[in-house]
Amino acid sequence: MTQNKSIFLLKKIVDIAHFGFRDWVAQRVSAIILATYTIVFVFALIILRNEGYAGWSDLFRHPLMKFSSLLAVLALCYHAWVGVRDIWMDYIKPVALRLSLQVFSILWLVACGLWAIIILWRV
Amino acid sequence: MSNNEKKTKKKQFRNIRIDQILSYRLPAAGIMSILHRVSGAGLFLMLPFLIYLLHLSLKSPLGFAKISEIISNPFVFLVVSGIIWAVIHHFLAGIRHLLLDLHIGLSNQSTTRWGFSITSLAITLSVISWLGLFDSIFT
Repeated sequence: MTQNKSIFLLKKIVDIAHFGFRDWVAQRVSAIILATYTIVFVFALIILRNEGYAGWSDLFRHPLMKFSSLLAVLALCYHAWVGVRDIWMDYIKPVALRLSLQVFSILWLVACGLWAIIILWRV
Repeated sequence: MSNNEKKTKKKQFRNIRIDQILSYRLPAAGIMSILHRVSGAGLFLMLPFLIYLLHLSLKSPLGFAKISEIISNPFVFLVVSGIIWAVIHHFLAGIRHLLLDLHIGLSNQSTTRWGFSITSLAITLSVISWLGLFDSIFT
């Protein structure tokens, strides 16, 4: 169809900062990463439900799990940023308030992401 | 939509105001979609709590044991139950939105069917998870 044309129009009119299409793709890629990680996480919860702390922490000591968790944290931060930013853009009209909420969201997510990475690092 | 066009008396909504939200009957796909947004926003706000639980679970056997103690508080149990629903709904509705990107199920009937199915499947899976959580915390 006229997909190229509509993407072009989108960039021209809506997306002054040129982040729209990239974020649209990032939202989907991070969603797939998070969905996959969620399935692994839930299965781990079910399989290890009787193993206690030892089984749980052994899992997170495994290099493959460390890498996946790290990737999931980064995907989550970006995914949540795009989602929350869309909420502010849809509902909050005053520019100053919207900007403040966006800055707050970034700080919130960076803090959460760093905290999670430190936790995973120390296991 | 030909059905709707025949009902000329049907109430018209254009850019509804906040006080019209409750009288506006959202289609099933719309309910699924707004709940996707609500659950996402809720999870965003709950992130520190969830990371704190991760921290406890990996810190020490003592911290690990403390998690069930925290969740055994009725209010926290309610919050965690809400988080469980939010994760399940956001997960399922997210997959539905990815299918929309692939142009799967775009007709009016199938969007309604998908919206209804995803929303109710999320609630069903949540109830099962709540029972499982209740069982492992309180018995």
